[in-house]
Amino acid sequence: MTAPNIVRAGELAPGAAPVTPYGIPHRDGAMNPSVDALRERFGGAIGRHAVVWGETTVYVDPARALDVVRWLHDDPTQRYDYLVDVTAVEYRDLDTPIEVVWHLRSLPFRRFLRLKAELPRDAELAVPSVVPVYRSADWLERECYDMFGIRFTGHPDLRRILMWETYREGFPLRKDFPLRGRFSRSEQLHQALAAHPENRYSMEELSIADAFQELPADMRERLGGERTGE
Amino acid sequence: MATTKRTVEVELSTPGLDHQGRPVRTPIVVDESGAPVTMPTLPPMEPDIGGEHMLLNLGPQHPATHGVLRLVLELDGETVVRCIPHIGYLHCGFEKIGEYRQYNQIIPWTDREDYLNSIGNNCAFALGAERLFGIEITERCKVLRVIAMELSRMMSHIVWLGTTCVDLGAFTPFLWLFQERENIYNLLEGWVGARLTTSATRVGGMIADVPNGWVEGVRNFVRAFPRTIDETEVMLTRNAIWVGRTVGLGAMTADEAINYGLSGPMLRASGVDYDVRKDFPYLDYETYDFDVPVGTHGDVYDRYLVRVEEMRQSVRIIQQALDRLPEGPVNVDDPRVILPPKHKATSEMESMIHHFKVVMEGPRPPIGECYVPVESPKGEKGYYMVSDGTSKPVRWRIRPPSFVNLSAIPKMVEGHLLSDVIVINASIDIVMGEIDR
Repeated sequence: MTAPNIVRAGELAPGAAPVTPYGIPHRDGAMNPSVDALRERFGGAIGRHAVVWGETTVYVDPARALDVVRWLHDDPTQRYDYLVDVTAVEYRDLDTPIEVVWHLRSLPFRRFLRLKAELPRDAELAVPSVVPVYRSADWLERECYDMFGIRFTGHPDLRRILMWETYREGFPLRKDFPLRGRFSRSEQLHQALAAHPENRYSMEELSIADAFQELPADMRERLGGERTGE
Repeated sequence: MATTKRTVEVELSTPGLDHQGRPVRTPIVVDESGAPVTMPTLPPMEPDIGGEHMLLNLGPQHPATHGVLRLVLELDGETVVRCIPHIGYLHCGFEKIGEYRQYNQIIPWTDREDYLNSIGNNCAFALGAERLFGIEITERCKVLRVIAMELSRMMSHIVWLGTTCVDLGAFTPFLWLFQERENIYNLLEGWVGARLTTSATRVGGMIADVPNGWVEGVRNFVRAFPRTIDETEVMLTRNAIWVGRTVGLGAMTADEAINYGLSGPMLRASGVDYDVRKDFPYLDYETYDFDVPVGTHGDVYDRYLVRVEEMRQSVRIIQQALDRLPEGPVNVDDPRVILPPKHKATSEMESMIHHFKVVMEGPRPPIGECYVPVESPKGEKGYYMVSDGTSKPVRWRIRPPSFVNLSAIPKMVEGHLLSDVIVINASIDIVMGEIDR
């Protein structure tokens, strides 16, 4: 039983010790050097970039997002080994496309990079999943799907996570979703009280228990209905 | 007697009396002459369940899941074969509500997500909003925020350690630690008036300066608190039960921990020396002398050691912060975000208009976006805010450390025993308010 090692994080990594940033300009701060490397490697798949409040944002082609992320993760000169967050942004201006945002961090080089993919509203909202590269993307992408309805193709288990699986009222963080929900408070309460507790088991779990076949027919139909969501 | 695959039928009969008048639970059968017949009893063997797996629903109303977490466990005997977590029972849509609130109005919502670290969340949100506004806060405010964030880190670790002790059957450290937590709450109450939902920060400053005698109160607390940590460590660190129930459980290697996105003590227990306070410092953390504890095995025991050591380091940071606490204003001198003094707002026309516009219209940051991470007790917490130039954010995103840490629980519990699920789940230090938001 040994005490934990005491390590001054930051002295082991290359480069000077970081300091608290001050005087960050609104625009045109120092750019993350990975942007140039990305342009050299991927060319046309990399769109514009911007430096806002010291953070570099790069727009990538949605179809190539997984390739870009995989290269950033694997390349020894980049080593973005830590996926901070996957989320999406929908603007109030409905002509602006919905953006999927990946926050990547390189622990060895202490870099932070924001990748964005713009999804036009007239097409299907879909981007490749980055779960093959980062396991941490699993729940983050599920949440993004749950809240925005963006499909992450290739995700092993893309289903709702915060809302229940049979929720059919839409995607709560979209701007067209009203703040107080689709129905009145009394209707929401009524639906909650009338819900069947068995619905809270997923098909997968019932198949583990071998219990699905023993359920009444109406419940089987309810659970085995079409995919939830839309 | 027939047993099906799923159910083992045990014949329970109505109780009766045997021929001597004693109660029995077997049916009384008499033969033609009226004499009782002894019925053959079931053979003394366990039912053959073969390779059948059992489905166990743990939670969401289970005290050891630390909130409304629901784990559906597939068990082979006592061994967990598969774990499917379900979350969302506390989902309130904080991020949606934030899109309809001004920046200062969002601060009360940050109390309620990770409610064990409320003042730390307030400071984290204010840091993010100040980056978005381009505001540099005053020196006194920086030091006060450091004290607040470290106090809340101790508070969160205290709750974690106390409740984990209770999960493992040790009640005494829970009482000792919660007494110290009460002391911190009293300090916070003296400062901001609230104990749990502090809402202590504003964009550009704090709700108030600390009252007279508060600094001495914190000094007394950090003088006495290491003794409680020592006593707790005497109880636990070399305790055979504690060691036996925590060593080797839920181990994650460094590469796995990074790939699963773990952060905070979970990541550092696996041997990765990543601490936002060191690697992406904020509030001048690089000028404080403190150590970052790093584990080697990544199991529950190492997470315990790391968190206990972090409490000691927080004491060091607070002592240094108290020594350097400068005089001066707490709030930044920026009329965009800071209200005029109340006596001016009620006596001067210009100040009243100013007050009205800041409250009713709200401060407007320039168009832009920022992600500002801080080291919360649970891990890397960040607020990602997108502004379109209006007084309300287009998108307010919480990067929840507990959420990402909890997503690795199937990897950690599968293959362990059912009783170890409780320990591993406790070691993640989850707060469902933050996971579900």
